[in-house]
Formats: sequence, structure tokens, C-alpha cells
Amino acid sequence: MTVSPEIITESRVDRARLRRLPFLTAVALVVALAVTVAVAFGSLIAPHDPDAQDLILGASGRSAEHWLGTDDLGRDVFSRMIVGARAALLGPLVVAFVTLVIGAPLGLMAGFYGGRVDGAISRGADLIWALPALLVAIVVLGVVDGGYWLTVAVIAFLSLPHMIRLSRSATLVQARLPYIDAVRALGLSGPRIMSRHVFPNVSPTVVATVLLDFVGALIVFSSLAFLGIGFEPGSADWGTMLASGKELLFINPWLLIGPGIAIVLTAASVTLLGDWAYERLSERDA
Amino acid sequence: MLVYVVNRFLVAFGLLIVVSFLIFALLAISPGSMETTLLGARPATPETIDAIRDEYHLNQPFLVQYWYWARDAAQLDFGRSITSGDTVTHVVQERLPISFALAGYTLLLVLVVGVPLGLLAGIRHGTRADRVITTFTVVGMSAPAFAVGLLLLYVFGVELGWFPVFGAGDGFVDRIHHLTLPAIALALALGALVVRQTRAAALDVMHEDYVTFARARGLSRSRLLGAYALRNVSLPIVTSAGFILILALSGAVLVESVFSLAGVGSLVVESVTTKDVPVVQGVALMLAFYVIVINVLIDLSVMVIDPRTRYSVR
Repeated sequence: MTVSPEIITESRVDRARLRRLPFLTAVALVVALAVTVAVAFGSLIAPHDPDAQDLILGASGRSAEHWLGTDDLGRDVFSRMIVGARAALLGPLVVAFVTLVIGAPLGLMAGFYGGRVDGAISRGADLIWALPALLVAIVVLGVVDGGYWLTVAVIAFLSLPHMIRLSRSATLVQARLPYIDAVRALGLSGPRIMSRHVFPNVSPTVVATVLLDFVGALIVFSSLAFLGIGFEPGSADWGTMLASGKELLFINPWLLIGPGIAIVLTAASVTLLGDWAYERLSERDA
Repeated sequence: MLVYVVNRFLVAFGLLIVVSFLIFALLAISPGSMETTLLGARPATPETIDAIRDEYHLNQPFLVQYWYWARDAAQLDFGRSITSGDTVTHVVQERLPISFALAGYTLLLVLVVGVPLGLLAGIRHGTRADRVITTFTVVGMSAPAFAVGLLLLYVFGVELGWFPVFGAGDGFVDRIHHLTLPAIALALALGALVVRQTRAAALDVMHEDYVTFARARGLSRSRLLGAYALRNVSLPIVTSAGFILILALSGAVLVESVFSLAGVGSLVVESVTTKDVPVVQGVALMLAFYVIVINVLIDLSVMVIDPRTRYSVR
């Protein structure tokens, strides 16, 4: 008869978790920093001019001169990847910002006031939530031809329900606690209670959700770019590069692998940072 | 209870009307006049323009046009494709088999691989197996289906040459061979979600008193799993199934485009890029119908599975 393994593993588990998180998080942080540098300084750190064509060379594989080879117009893939970070991440950043300044307050209001306010906000959010976002974006943007900023607006709109739902349920938990009754008794106004007292306590959820919304938007944007919808053909963003990489698969696969890994790594890193931020911020309160 | 069910159906029907109106309005908001959009590449002579105006009732008010369109759409008549001249219904019908095959294959992979992995990770919480599985789900959830598809295409299609790189194949065996990579690409994205849901549910269940009691009684691990964990884990899985079934639509659009499969998903992209508005409208309405039906079914099945929710909805 042995002792149940679960009991022994329990302490090992906790130590393992403590060891593991910082390492993966550190990797994620390094990736996020590298991507941020690429977004900020793009063309300054790229080894080649991303738009310089070399039509005689054309598409080529990896070489000492071109680390990830060149595309069909002889442009350096590695440089285009670095410069493309801005085009690939600008939209998702704006979308994340919109969910923060519009979605979170709506969720807070719904959770805090309840009743008719909650009914109106939640029903609207549920309606949009039920839609397949990418599909709606493809149909609307493909038919309307609205350009980049319409794409940003449509994706931001479709991203709102996620934040509204999560910040609402986090607020609902807080609204029942005695300290809310206390500040109410002090005669503070609703907006003041929400911004000064409720928001700090739901901030772990809000921060984690903003990061997740960023990842979601990154995936939708790059998918649209890959399908050639809402983006200029030939622009140097990761999704568009992937689409052209499919045609040059046999000549220079790195045109496909490079941007593909860039998207996956960025998205995975931000997801991990979101998890980590949530745990750290909620520990602080506990 | 009955009131709730009837109410749910009425809301769904109202939603369908609103969505169908928006889909019909696509024609009006697409750039260029309605006549030129509907003519497509055909020559714009006064006769053809008159014919188009008659066929689509363009001389009538907008709401009357919508009424004619919706009446025909209810009988699955969405007009003709601008590019091929074929009826929209027929165009979609031709695409359905490949999409269904892909969906079935993917579902099989998700259920056979995803659910056991999630259970394993949840029950062996904190072990190395759990850590490896959890890390993979983060990557799976962050990876757009088209990026995974392209990487698989490169590694297994081009470098190793194990699988064909495009097309859907003929006959059963050949089709399975052709659809394996697309199904894996789709299953990775959806499976990651399923694994996470199953793991979280299994974690909750394993901390329940009745599981501790069952273990104290000396029940074997497999019996514990089959009789206690799996049954209680099924509820959150069913609830998230609706979300996954809807997410699968977006994934299918990308995966079918990557692997050049002639399914409904790639039809959406093709019709949108060629501005074939009748096909866009037809497919969009059918997919909207699918999404609405799934949502209703999930709400109702949750009520059937979990009796507790029945009391709260009254």
C-alpha cells in the first residue's frame, strides 16, 4: 500500500510552478521587448532597405547577405519582417486600447448599476458575442472596401463584448462586498466609486483581458491580411507576407516560416504575459 | 419553462430577420451602383440594365426589394452567381461535401485527442505532462489557423512529402489522405480550447468531496475517471461546444484557403474578392442561420443536462 501520489506531488507542484513561471515569462518578456523595438525603430535596425528591389536576384533562399532570403521582387525578407511589425501590430494595439477605454467602463457600469443599464449593455454584448468575428469582418470589409481604419473600427467593435462580459462579472463580485456599501454610505457618487474603488479591484481581470484582446485582434488582422481583405496588396505586414510566401513555397520557404513564427511567438508571448500579470496583480490583493 | 423556450425561439427568429436585412443591405453599400454590381463583367447596355432592374425589382422601393429577396431566400432561392451564372443554391451545394468531411474529421480529432489530453492534464495537475500540455495549448490558441496550416503544409507536404499540398482528392481513402493536414491544422486551434476547458473542469471535479470519498473507498483510477470525472466534466464541454462550433467557421475559411479546398469557407473568400454579391448574401445568410441555430441548441441543451438552470430561467 503506497501513499496516494497526489499528496506527495502537492508540495513539489508548488515549487515547480514557482520555478516554471518566471522562466517562460522571461522568454515571453524578451520576445515582447524585441517586437516592441521592431515596432518603434523598424527601418532603423533593419539590415536592408525593406523596399529595395533586386529584380535580377528575384526570389532566393537563405544566404549570408539575406538571412531569410528574398521575395519575388528581390526584397530582403528579414528586413521586411522587422519593418512589418509596425503594420501588423498597430491595428491590434488600437483595438486593445478601444476595449480598455470603451469596453471596460461599459462592463463596470453594467455590473455596478445592474437592472436596466445591465440589461441593455449585456444584451447588446451577447448579441455581438454570438457572431463569428472573422467571418463578419471578411464579409463586411470585403464587400465595402473601406481601407485600413474601417478594418480597425470593425474589429474593435467585434472585440468589445469579450471585455464587457469579463469586466462585468468581475464587477459583480466586487459590488456585493461590504466596502462598496461603506463608500456608498459616505455619499460618494456612482462614477467616483467605480473609478476609485471598484476599478482597482477588477484591474487584474481588465489587464489580462486587454492583453488577450490584443492577441485576438492580432490573429484576426493577420488572417485578414493573409486573405488579402482590408489590406493593400504588397504591404510589408506579416499576414500579407505569409500569403505571398505560399506562392514561393518551393523557392524560399522562409518567406512563410519567418512571418508565421513571428505571429505565433508574439501572440503566445503576450498570452503568457497576460496570465502572469493576472496572477501577480491578484496576489497583491490576496 | 415553456415560456422561456418559446421566447428563445422568438428572439432567434427576430435576430434572423435583422441579420437578413443587414445582409441584404450589403448590396446597397457595396461600392458602385447596384446595377453595375449585379451585372459584373457582362456588358452594360440599356437592355441588360433594364433586364437586371426587372429581375431584382430595382425600380421598387428598398423595403419592397428586401421583401422579394427574403421571400425567395426563405425558399432557398438566392438568385444567380454573377461570375458563373449558376444558381447560388447549386454553387453552395457543390461546396458542402468537402466542408462536411473536413468538419467531421476535425471533430473526430478534437474529441479523440483533445478531451483525453485535457482530462490527463487536469487529473495529473502540476506534473510534467500537465505542464507540457498546458504550454502547447497556449501556443495552439495563439497560432492563427492559417499559420499552422502553412507550416504543416511546408513540413509534411513539401519537405517530407507525406501528404498532398492542395485539393481534396477523390474516393474515401484519397480524401482522408488529402484532408489530414487541413483537419490537423483546424483541430490544433480548436483542440487547444477544448483541452483547456476539459482541464479546468477536471481540476474542479477532482477537488470535489465525492471524488475524495470514491478514492477513499479504493476505487480504481480508471473507474474514477469513467464514472465520476468524465460525466461531470461533460457539462462545461457541451457549453463551450457552441462557441467552438462557431469558431470552427472562421477557422475553416482560413484552412480551406490555405489548402486550396473547394469548400464553403473558401467560397466566402472567393465570392467576397470577386464581388459576387448574390453568392456572398446567400452564404452569409446560411451561415448566420447556422450560428443562430447553434446558439439556441446550446441554450436548450444546457437546460436539459443541468436541471439547476431550469429553475433560474423562470
